[in-house]
Amino acid sequence: MQQVLIELHAVNKQWNLGENKIKPVLTEIDLKIAAGQFVAILGASGSGKSTLLRIFAGLTAVSSGKVTYLGNPYQGINPGVAMVFQSFALFPWLTVLENVMMGLEAKPLSKTEKKEKAIRVIDVVGLDGFESAYPKELSGGMQQRVGLGRALASEPDVLLMDEPFSALDVLTAENLRRDILELWREKKIPTQTIIMVTHGIEEAVYMADRILVVSGSPATVMTDMAISLPHWRDKNDPAFIEIVDKLYSLMTKREVADGQRKLPHEDRGVIPLPNVSAGALTGFLELLEDLNEKTDLYKLADRFMMDSEDFFPVIEAAAQLQLAKIVDGDIELTPEGARFAQATVLERKVLLQEQLFLAVPTLGQIIAVLNSKSNKRMNVEFFKETLARSLSAEQLEEYLDTLIDWGRYAELFAYDENSRQLFLE
Amino acid sequence: MVMFVSHVPTRRFGFIDLFVLLFVFALLFSILHLGSGMVAPLTTDEKIVVSTDPADLPYYAGRSVLRMFLAYGASLAFTLLYGSLAAKNKTAEKLLIPLLDILQSLPVLGFLSVTISMFMGMTPGNLFGVELASIFAIFTGQAWNMTFSYYHSLITLPQDLQEASTVLGFNWWQKFIRLEVPFATISLVWNSMMSFGGGWFFLAASEAITVLNRDIRLPGLGSFTAAAAEAGDMTALCWAIFAMVATIVLIDQLFWRPIVVWSQKFKMERTESQIAATSFVYDFLQRSMLAGWLGKTLIVPLLAAASCIMNGLAHWGERMQSRFGRQPRRFGAPNVLKGLLGLVAVAFVGQQSYAGLAVLTSLSAESWLEIVRLGALTFGRVMVATGLGILWAVPVGVWIGSNPRWSRFCQPLVQVAASFPANMIYPLVAILYLRFAVNFEIGAIPLMMLGTQWYILFNVIAGAMAIPNDLSEAATIFKLTGWQRWRKMILPAIFPHLVTSCITASGGAWNASIVSELVIWRENRLEATGLGAFISRVTEAGDWAGILAGILVMCLFVVFVNRFFWRRLYELAETQYHLN
Repeated sequence: MQQVLIELHAVNKQWNLGENKIKPVLTEIDLKIAAGQFVAILGASGSGKSTLLRIFAGLTAVSSGKVTYLGNPYQGINPGVAMVFQSFALFPWLTVLENVMMGLEAKPLSKTEKKEKAIRVIDVVGLDGFESAYPKELSGGMQQRVGLGRALASEPDVLLMDEPFSALDVLTAENLRRDILELWREKKIPTQTIIMVTHGIEEAVYMADRILVVSGSPATVMTDMAISLPHWRDKNDPAFIEIVDKLYSLMTKREVADGQRKLPHEDRGVIPLPNVSAGALTGFLELLEDLNEKTDLYKLADRFMMDSEDFFPVIEAAAQLQLAKIVDGDIELTPEGARFAQATVLERKVLLQEQLFLAVPTLGQIIAVLNSKSNKRMNVEFFKETLARSLSAEQLEEYLDTLIDWGRYAELFAYDENSRQLFLE
Repeated sequence: MVMFVSHVPTRRFGFIDLFVLLFVFALLFSILHLGSGMVAPLTTDEKIVVSTDPADLPYYAGRSVLRMFLAYGASLAFTLLYGSLAAKNKTAEKLLIPLLDILQSLPVLGFLSVTISMFMGMTPGNLFGVELASIFAIFTGQAWNMTFSYYHSLITLPQDLQEASTVLGFNWWQKFIRLEVPFATISLVWNSMMSFGGGWFFLAASEAITVLNRDIRLPGLGSFTAAAAEAGDMTALCWAIFAMVATIVLIDQLFWRPIVVWSQKFKMERTESQIAATSFVYDFLQRSMLAGWLGKTLIVPLLAAASCIMNGLAHWGERMQSRFGRQPRRFGAPNVLKGLLGLVAVAFVGQQSYAGLAVLTSLSAESWLEIVRLGALTFGRVMVATGLGILWAVPVGVWIGSNPRWSRFCQPLVQVAASFPANMIYPLVAILYLRFAVNFEIGAIPLMMLGTQWYILFNVIAGAMAIPNDLSEAATIFKLTGWQRWRKMILPAIFPHLVTSCITASGGAWNASIVSELVIWRENRLEATGLGAFISRVTEAGDWAGILAGILVMCLFVVFVNRFFWRRLYELAETQYHLN
């Protein structure tokens, strides 16, 4: 094995939410990142994969455990890394050249040396001729090239990329992926290792040699998979598809299992709801009904052009309301789901009411409380307080938002935004 | 686009605010106390004679402009320091922001007497102290709003840019100069321009004032006007007004416009916008060889050297910090320091409040009741002035705002009008009042409006311009006409702008009350019954208990009205009538 660049040992991370509330995010992470690797970190949104990347960068301090770069523990910024951001994070008031030079700002070089280096990097990332342009004059793909150039200028050992392609359109992203892979594989840049956070499973399999799947709550590295397919990889190659399919089923199984596992031990039956609008859920079920058969999840995501970020919550919601069921990476409608998809708008409300009462006991309690009041009204704050013991503050907001959205859609109750009151009509 | 930004934090009134109120009171009292002790050694009896010869106007204008820029420089320095501290230190933030909030709503002119006596005491025997007091008065009119704007920029700094600069290894100075200041520039420039415009009012008021039976005159446009009014010299008065307008326009064109155009490059948007601000001076400087040469050989190296020094300092500081590690800090050097500071603050507040209360208790219950009654009267005037301002400015503003051609033409005019210190016209109005024997109890209201209504007009224009086209098209399709159109579309759409401007306008009216309830033209004294006139009177007489009580009551009025009326409206505007 090649030299180990970054090592995480027994790392835990928790957020301090105040009022003595602590939310664990990552637990017991042991990782060695060696030179010459292209590592992709996969996980659902909010799974802690971005936090993990920020721990590599030194942007986020660990709560316990040890982090080292070349064997030396680091506090604050890891001296061997540079980072590429999802939103590019360029300084809009600086030109392309000046932005790339910012990568050398903290280095003890003269201005002329910085400029020479920056111009060389601009050449490498394919921005020749755009030195004096401002970011706003460039397309998204070109802006991300500037972000890449700025990161490469300081010649880091490890290049960190936080969902670098997700703000780009499909073609631009594909183009940039190939270019980065080429720069790295043909050693046109001194970077030894790339770590990339992504939610695109296919993207990860296309680019990386090693894939880490982060999941659970608190999250840990569930899967550490080596991808030994030779580059350049063909997305239609059966071996490629097999890996993608495997990752999909690994990830959904865990997603859904996470949702259901909580059922018994959560007190008073409060199950966190996936943050999905009733409209999105309905649309998804209709599309599923059109397909009219058991379907591979991977193909489904591809077909609906959804990335896993949006895709998994919808699946989870459908499963939780027992409108669809998932078996080994395949999804199909339950009889209730099929009826729902075919029903008229009014019938759907009744069907959804039934499913909601089954799956979300809290809703029944809410209706009971509203019924017991003479004016049939109650403040949302009241329900918030009764739920506060079972959920964190952040979860609570999301939970209530989703609950109110579904309840309104199913016409279980109405909601007045101004007074923040729920009421029966 | 263009707006007077007034920052209204939507926090709840808490314990900390109470402490801050007490703190301000203690501060006020101790300054006053010190000042009154120090006035004694001052024996400048040679009175500065201010001429009324129009030929002297350029010199006077220069003096005034110098004062304005010194004050602006001080405000800017204060803004960067105070704003950074408040945004970066959680403990400081808890105290500094409520303090700023209260300072912002204080009627600055009420403090003029207090600060003048303090500064005069600091520099006995010459007018330098009075100069400082004038500069300080302008400073207090400018700094709070600018500081809020900068603080607000800092706390809304995009997370990704912050992370990027951290990963790039920036030290605090590099972060400040490469990220924080550039990001805040656009709103800071706008706020500076508006605050600078508002500063003229304080300049005019502070150049000629009577404190403790002494007429204090500083050579400047404000004192020129006052001298002309005392002498009853109409021609000189008109010249002064002309010179004032010319100065405002010149500074706008030569100084602010180029800066605004330059600041456009700090816009955060990722795509190019269509309309760009223009400035012929900026274009001229851009093209000028000499300016370019000066910039390259003098300004850029100077700035680079300064930046290099600061950079070295920051670097050195960080090395020291890492060498001595974080261990000693854990044992709470800062905690001990915090505790000590807190103790000192509490002791100061306690002792000074107690002493201040002793002065206040020397006033009889009747005089307290009288002061509160006067406060209520002035409050009434302020509300009527704001209401009347709304009444005319809303229809006119909406009309101008929905005609793009007119608004392009009118906006700069309104801006000049808002910058113009209304107190310079008071003598002119006084003549009218005297001729037509107007009851000054009511006549004081238009005087207040002279300065404040422009804020409303300006914001309503901006609000009307911001009504999306599809919204007004929808209103047309649904055949909303006349009153319905106003009620369903226009009023809700401009409501947030209107509330913001009313907060600024009523704040301005409170300030104006101090100069507008007591106006002098030759030997005629026009005086309205109100707290503003009361404060002016006790200031002239040097009645410390009266000054303290008057200011205190006015502050309480302003703070309470802000908290319980304007802030409620503002919250409503933010939540319900926001167009985005």
